[in-house]
Amino acid sequence: MTFMNGSMIAGVCLIALVAFAPAALADSPEMAAEEDSRLYTFLEIEQFEYRIGSEDTLSWEAQGWIGGDYNKVWLKTQGDHTIDKETKNAEVQLLYSRAIAALWDLQIGGRYDVKPDPSRGYAIFGIEGLAPYFFEIDAAVFVSNKGDASARIEAEYELLLTQRLIVRPSVELNFAAQEVKELDIGSGLSEVELGLRVRYEIVREAAPYIGVSWERKAGRTADFARRKGEDVGDLTFVTGVRFWF
Amino acid sequence: MRKKKGAPIKRGLLAFIALLFASATALAGEYRLVIDETPVNITGRERTAMTINGAVPGPALRWREGEEVTLQVTNRLREPTSIHWHGVIVPNTMDGVPGISFENIAPGETFTYRFTVKQSGTYWYHSHSGLQEQSGIYSPLIIDPAKPEPFQYDREYVVMLSDWTDENPEWVLAKLKKQSGYYNFHKRTFFDFFRDARRNGWGATLSDRLAWGRMRMDPTDIADVTGYTYTFLINGQPSKANWTALFKPGERVRLRFINAASMTYFDLRIPGLKMEVVQADGQNIQPVTVDEFRIAVSETYDVIVTPQEDRAYTLFAEAMDRSGYARGTLAPRPGMSAPLPETRPRPIRTMADMGMSEGAHEMKPGGKAPAAEDPMPGMEHDAMGHGDSISDGLENGAATRMSSEEPPVMHGPDTHGRGNSMVAMAPRSRLREPGAGLENTGTRALTYADLRALEPGYDRRPPEREIELHLTGNMDRYIWGFNGKKHSEADPIRLRHGERLRVIFVNDTMMEHPIHLHGMWMELDNGNGEYNPRKFTINVKPGERLSFIMTADAPGAWPFHCHLAYHMASGMMLDVMVSDDGEKAHP
Repeated sequence: MTFMNGSMIAGVCLIALVAFAPAALADSPEMAAEEDSRLYTFLEIEQFEYRIGSEDTLSWEAQGWIGGDYNKVWLKTQGDHTIDKETKNAEVQLLYSRAIAALWDLQIGGRYDVKPDPSRGYAIFGIEGLAPYFFEIDAAVFVSNKGDASARIEAEYELLLTQRLIVRPSVELNFAAQEVKELDIGSGLSEVELGLRVRYEIVREAAPYIGVSWERKAGRTADFARRKGEDVGDLTFVTGVRFWF
Repeated sequence: MRKKKGAPIKRGLLAFIALLFASATALAGEYRLVIDETPVNITGRERTAMTINGAVPGPALRWREGEEVTLQVTNRLREPTSIHWHGVIVPNTMDGVPGISFENIAPGETFTYRFTVKQSGTYWYHSHSGLQEQSGIYSPLIIDPAKPEPFQYDREYVVMLSDWTDENPEWVLAKLKKQSGYYNFHKRTFFDFFRDARRNGWGATLSDRLAWGRMRMDPTDIADVTGYTYTFLINGQPSKANWTALFKPGERVRLRFINAASMTYFDLRIPGLKMEVVQADGQNIQPVTVDEFRIAVSETYDVIVTPQEDRAYTLFAEAMDRSGYARGTLAPRPGMSAPLPETRPRPIRTMADMGMSEGAHEMKPGGKAPAAEDPMPGMEHDAMGHGDSISDGLENGAATRMSSEEPPVMHGPDTHGRGNSMVAMAPRSRLREPGAGLENTGTRALTYADLRALEPGYDRRPPEREIELHLTGNMDRYIWGFNGKKHSEADPIRLRHGERLRVIFVNDTMMEHPIHLHGMWMELDNGNGEYNPRKFTINVKPGERLSFIMTADAPGAWPFHCHLAYHMASGMMLDVMVSDDGEKAHP
């Protein structure tokens, strides 16, 4: 893996997707025109929010897909832009997603981190689905072009106060298999993010929200940050809008 | 068995004259239908509907048993269309299902349907292309019998129920694919939890919520598409238009109910009047008097009411999920109306709807919730005890026996793959239950066990073989199918021409499915032996196991599908191939 750079990985994934997507997306290729096997498209800006904390940031998390019931191509992106400075994190994922069980999708593809510097590419192996008790789970293992491995697990839940006022707690845990000096990441649990957002669905597709987000670097990663004189944790108040179509 | 052979002399004479006339000049009718786009305003907003002869519903067709009909159907849409004669036994090439029994009717083209009508009763016709039926292409079809009918009435009305949306039906389907709970605005909330806990106890409420959570199922999911987008119609008119049928006090009024909705089950009652149900799916039945009946999507029921008082009566068709209603009036004079009955509580799915083994009385929300992923109890547990319900016959035993006495038949090990998200572990007969939301209303509601044919079936042979079909679905992905497969993935069912077989349905989903077979009758095995009713649509309740017997007497390819429009569009359809090739028929 070390001889490949990030853009090469992303490029290979993209070519593979473009080459195989049409056949893979239709559930039964010879019946692609069948009414029950149509392709749909989905775009969701899940978070687009202003965070007021020690530094004000604009954060986003968005995803979209094109596909049928069992096979889809996903595009996911997330990032943070510090208002006074620059973009802290920005990543893009391109995935092929296949239903492997009633409520679970296997997702493989590539991830490219534009930020932080140095930019880096990863291969992704993940699962996404609905766990018992309605926890939405997105778990992925990343292997970078330098050969280091990391993992991320996100879980979300929705609690209805009314039919339109919905509380959404979320948790994200990041792990690293080894130390990555250039990115100031230590091995083990590296970062935790807890969120609580309350949205009001004006219509299903559009919902403004407010909430809080708490991020904290953990373990060796926190030590690296302290040594550089950076903040280890940050509690921010968020306000934003979620929409999909 | 009661047989009302003696129709009134006047009617008999009329029929006799009609028959004389018919034999002298062969019965032949020509009809012209034009499918087009027409502006409509149903909700206060201008929309474009797809119409038959410019109207929604289209013109009511009236045929006579024995008539040779010729129908020229012209397509003025910009897309292909079709017309299917719902419930009418026609040759395969006249059935009108694109891709199965004919190509389609291309834009600008005219297709000529021609066949002899071999039955009578209340039916309807509609487009079988995409979601065109939701867009307005549906209409009543009444066939007068060649012989006098076994009941009397003074006047009659067609009452066609439907659901209209201002949204593009394609968008409705796309929304369901992206968020299947999109139209449900009656989910259980955080505060409902406390309300239930006060009523049922904390432990019971918590275990109920955990049981549903573990299954990832929503007990408030009664209808996929609701009054949030639907306006419910009677004969094309919204409730505020108050469609009215006139009567003179003391008259017997025949109401021909047709559920032409795309997705909505209706519970029908006329407060203050008893209804005598005389036909189901166009077929004469032994009359049953009820206060109320549920009409599944695509079914038809004929009832006779006898309003005695000189006042208005509300005809109330409540959507099964209680998200709205269609309303009309029976009145001695135009312009009258009667009060609307109170809307009743929304039903909540129970563990019985999930195919759990406990009796229905333990299934109240908050009751003891069995673990969803329990290993199956032993297969020998009274399984296969299914055949003995046939012998019950006429001794009236069927009506008195409670459904809970019928042993459930345990589900096999197949979970039907990724296209299916649950299995009913202990599906059982629910023919004697009126259905979700009608259990404790204090009214006498019709059940499937009440349906007894007036005449014995013509084919008394016992079935030679059985086919078991599981109704499956994946609510999260909004996929529906049989045995876990969508239409595009499934092999056809192959039947030998003339064979007699039993088809067993097991509903593994938590929703009702109105299953419709084209070209042939289904004899619902509701324990009435040779008086089992024959139907064109059989509603299967959640967690239910039932069966029907059929004679494969119509060669060709026939669709067999759920009549919920968005379920069919999402894969809940099979092809049935009937051929003389016995080799092929027995896989």
